[in-house]
Amino acid sequence: MELICPAGTPAAFREAVDAGADAVYCGFRDETNARNFPGLNFSRQELGEAITYARRKGTQTFIALNTFMRAGHEDLWYQAARDAVRLGADALILADFGLMAHVAETYPEQRLHVSVQASASNPDAVNFLVEAFGARRVVLPRTLTISDIARLARQIRCEIEVFVFGGLCVMAEGRCSLSSYATGKSPNMNGVCSPASHVRYRQDGGELVSELGAYTINRFPREEAAGYPTLCKGRFDIADARGYAFEDPVSLDVMDQIDALREAGVSALKIEGRQRGKAYVAEVVSTLRKALDAKPEDRRALLARLRLLSEGQRTTAGAYEKRWR
Amino acid sequence: MEFPPSLAAPLAVVPIPVVEAAVRLMFRSLLKRHPALFERLGEHKGKRYGFRPVDLPLVFLVEPARPAVSVMRKPADVAADAVVEGPLFLLLALLEGRSDADALFFSRALTVTGDMEAMLALRNALDGCEIDLPRDLGASAGALAPLVSRAAEAIRRRALAGENAAWN
Repeated sequence: MELICPAGTPAAFREAVDAGADAVYCGFRDETNARNFPGLNFSRQELGEAITYARRKGTQTFIALNTFMRAGHEDLWYQAARDAVRLGADALILADFGLMAHVAETYPEQRLHVSVQASASNPDAVNFLVEAFGARRVVLPRTLTISDIARLARQIRCEIEVFVFGGLCVMAEGRCSLSSYATGKSPNMNGVCSPASHVRYRQDGGELVSELGAYTINRFPREEAAGYPTLCKGRFDIADARGYAFEDPVSLDVMDQIDALREAGVSALKIEGRQRGKAYVAEVVSTLRKALDAKPEDRRALLARLRLLSEGQRTTAGAYEKRWR
Repeated sequence: MEFPPSLAAPLAVVPIPVVEAAVRLMFRSLLKRHPALFERLGEHKGKRYGFRPVDLPLVFLVEPARPAVSVMRKPADVAADAVVEGPLFLLLALLEGRSDADALFFSRALTVTGDMEAMLALRNALDGCEIDLPRDLGASAGALAPLVSRAAEAIRRRALAGENAAWN
């Protein structure tokens, strides 16, 4: 299985390549990708240099153009696709059907991957994208169990890529409106979930209070690890109880399930985290590379240290091993 | 590792202009080596960034637009758009992209207040820059370059031992 690694800056890109990535995914510095954060992402020149660096080391580069085009402004996305193809992207990761159609018609030789943002998670949806646009791979949402993935793999005609480590989105990605509800901005249209412009942390007595827009998302006691203020990981008062309604502030880690994922028909394992720094990328990629090559019984010890890098300093297998509350 | 109190204490009495002159020398040296450092900030280049090492009696204010750095003595209420607070060596490790800022924040080793977007932009700009303090500061030390680099490297190694900052 391939190891697909994130990069938000040229420095992180080189770290990912050097640490053993089979492919690195990244995006341009604009709203065409779902990690449109300030100071992050690549100019055309930076991406061209990164691709050259990756090629020299036998690593592929996937370019994410995975937001939805704004009506009347399609040229921004078309130009990004044109430049990505010209620079030599090994694959484009797309979410918008209109953009998929444009790429399939204009650049028929270009390898096309279906972004998790496209919310394609059943055989009909995936096979439609394969037949209509020649999609070669689908990135599945983090809402399926391993059995679901195995069932799906038997019924579709393209490769499967799944997230195995990093930030855990528990929603039907591409269709979630929680960030938009709280801030007016979403990963789908603006490339940002719970944007930092709307995030505020403040001390209240001994507690760290996290806020998103006008909403208090969480209050962390002094000794408790903190998390990002996303609505899906907020602590809510429900009836007489206070707790996490959707998901705790934790990160995904299913690296102890890689044999099961392989048997299920997964071709590529994806690490989330283009918004994380190069230290994180280097550490996670090199550790997961070692874990992939290690015997199953040795993996747990290798992976233990990564927990400290995770949101909330805790990890979960998420929906891959879903248990109802 | 915290900055040794025996070394921090004298900074409470050393005249601010003296400290500021040394800090500005290092700041200019870094910018000379990394002229594009602040370009990634985009619209956040005009913001003011405060750094409050918990183990020093000093506060630092960086203004990328000018570009300039000033030093104040605690408990100065620094007029910054965003402030990050934590042990000095961790702040320096962040400057080099040697530690993961998010992980430090989750673990509560760092505190960020004010404009989160501006601070995030600065974190990303620093991360993309490949600053190496021993190398960069040594480059401005003329004939003393090897000595400065080696000393700074030894301090860094000792300071970051056990801080999960073993990148490169």
